[in-house]
Amino acid sequence: MGSFGFPEFMFIIRAAGWTLLLTAVAFLIGGLLGGALAIMRLSSNRIVRSIASGYILVIQSIPVLMVLFMSYYGLSLFGIELPAFFAASLSLSIYVSAYLAEIWRGCIESVPFQQWEASSSLALTRGQQYRYVILPQAIRIALPPTVGFLVQLVKNTSIVSVVGFVELSRAGALVNQATFLPFQVFSVVAAIYFVICFPLSRLSRHLEKVMNAGRSH
Amino acid sequence: MPAVVIEDVHKSFGQNEVLKGVSLSVEPGQVVAIIGRSGSGKSTLLRCINGLEVIQSGRIEVAGHTMTEDPKALRDLRKDVGIVFQSYNLFPHLNVVENIILAPKLAKGVSDGEARERARAVLAQVGLSEKIDAYPDNLSGGQQQRVAIARSLAMQPKVMLFDEVTSALDPELTGEVLNVMENLAKGGMTMLLVTHEMSFARNVADVTVFMHQGKIWEQGASEELFASPKTPELQAFLRSGVH
Repeated sequence: MGSFGFPEFMFIIRAAGWTLLLTAVAFLIGGLLGGALAIMRLSSNRIVRSIASGYILVIQSIPVLMVLFMSYYGLSLFGIELPAFFAASLSLSIYVSAYLAEIWRGCIESVPFQQWEASSSLALTRGQQYRYVILPQAIRIALPPTVGFLVQLVKNTSIVSVVGFVELSRAGALVNQATFLPFQVFSVVAAIYFVICFPLSRLSRHLEKVMNAGRSH
Repeated sequence: MPAVVIEDVHKSFGQNEVLKGVSLSVEPGQVVAIIGRSGSGKSTLLRCINGLEVIQSGRIEVAGHTMTEDPKALRDLRKDVGIVFQSYNLFPHLNVVENIILAPKLAKGVSDGEARERARAVLAQVGLSEKIDAYPDNLSGGQQQRVAIARSLAMQPKVMLFDEVTSALDPELTGEVLNVMENLAKGGMTMLLVTHEMSFARNVADVTVFMHQGKIWEQGASEELFASPKTPELQAFLRSGVH
């Protein structure tokens, strides 16, 4: 039986790096896709709207785990072997895109419709309206819930341990198997999650306060 | 050629027909006030003139453009037709000068320097030169509305529409906005305004149009229309004092 010493600790810390990387990649790719989906959901074209809402509906209605299994095991049936990190990034990105799309759609819709009327009356194109009038206001509204979602994402990355990817949770489990010191090991793992998530939660809270203070009507 | 031609315009919201065959013609430089009870269709008529409301039938021509749903043609029309709203609708994330230069630069391709030059000119026109760097939230309602007028003027429109622009203002702030509009009228701007300010309509508008139940019920030279209203509906409206 091993002991829970410095090498084990560093093993967990390195795995925390993978958790952060996975979070960053999923947030970046999922965010880009989610932003596009949010705008598609608000398109005046019915087909574009349906494609986006169909995608969001399907992804939100199935567990991330299924998306993960499908990308990891499912694609291998067709001869496409995805390394665990890619399968994990892919499925988390898909999950992130559907949720951010809905959060952001709500934020875009909460910009008063008079802003659309005023800007279209000034002969701006729809793209210009988004770029210069609507999105700058929507992004302010979106910051607190987006950071809040990011906290959820950090914790939810633990799900990818089931396909053998060694992120923070999985590293904890491995060290525990070798040391049988579950309390110490998982305390450290939990503490690391806390150190990552707590500042983000506070940031989200803070942003919400700042936004409310800045809203005078 | 008239600056605005409205011919037999019909407009419904679902089952509710709000414009029941409206025709109106406005000459260049003319100021036309549209009055009537709420629900008479006066704001809807104004919003049809720059395409914010889509009409079911009839024809609208403004500043040489025919009303259309084609986005490109509609933008061309809107470059020549300004509108000012009851709720100002300034862009809250931009300061005064940024509010004003945005559309001339984006929609008309005016250079930044030229747009800022224009902004200074229109701000002087509405008496707010010193507020050039202020944010909308730090301005009074009257000031915000004057900036909104300036923003519209910076596009150098041929026709200006005013949709109850003083209705959201405290009584002591309406004067400053009405002054700006009166000066515009004197400067020869073609203006259509939906208003509850009867004395302004009477004194500044060349023509006043009384709308009732989705139709133009009565119209004429403002002085005459207010002095001797012909229809019982207009008589009752002017007597009621609730405008």
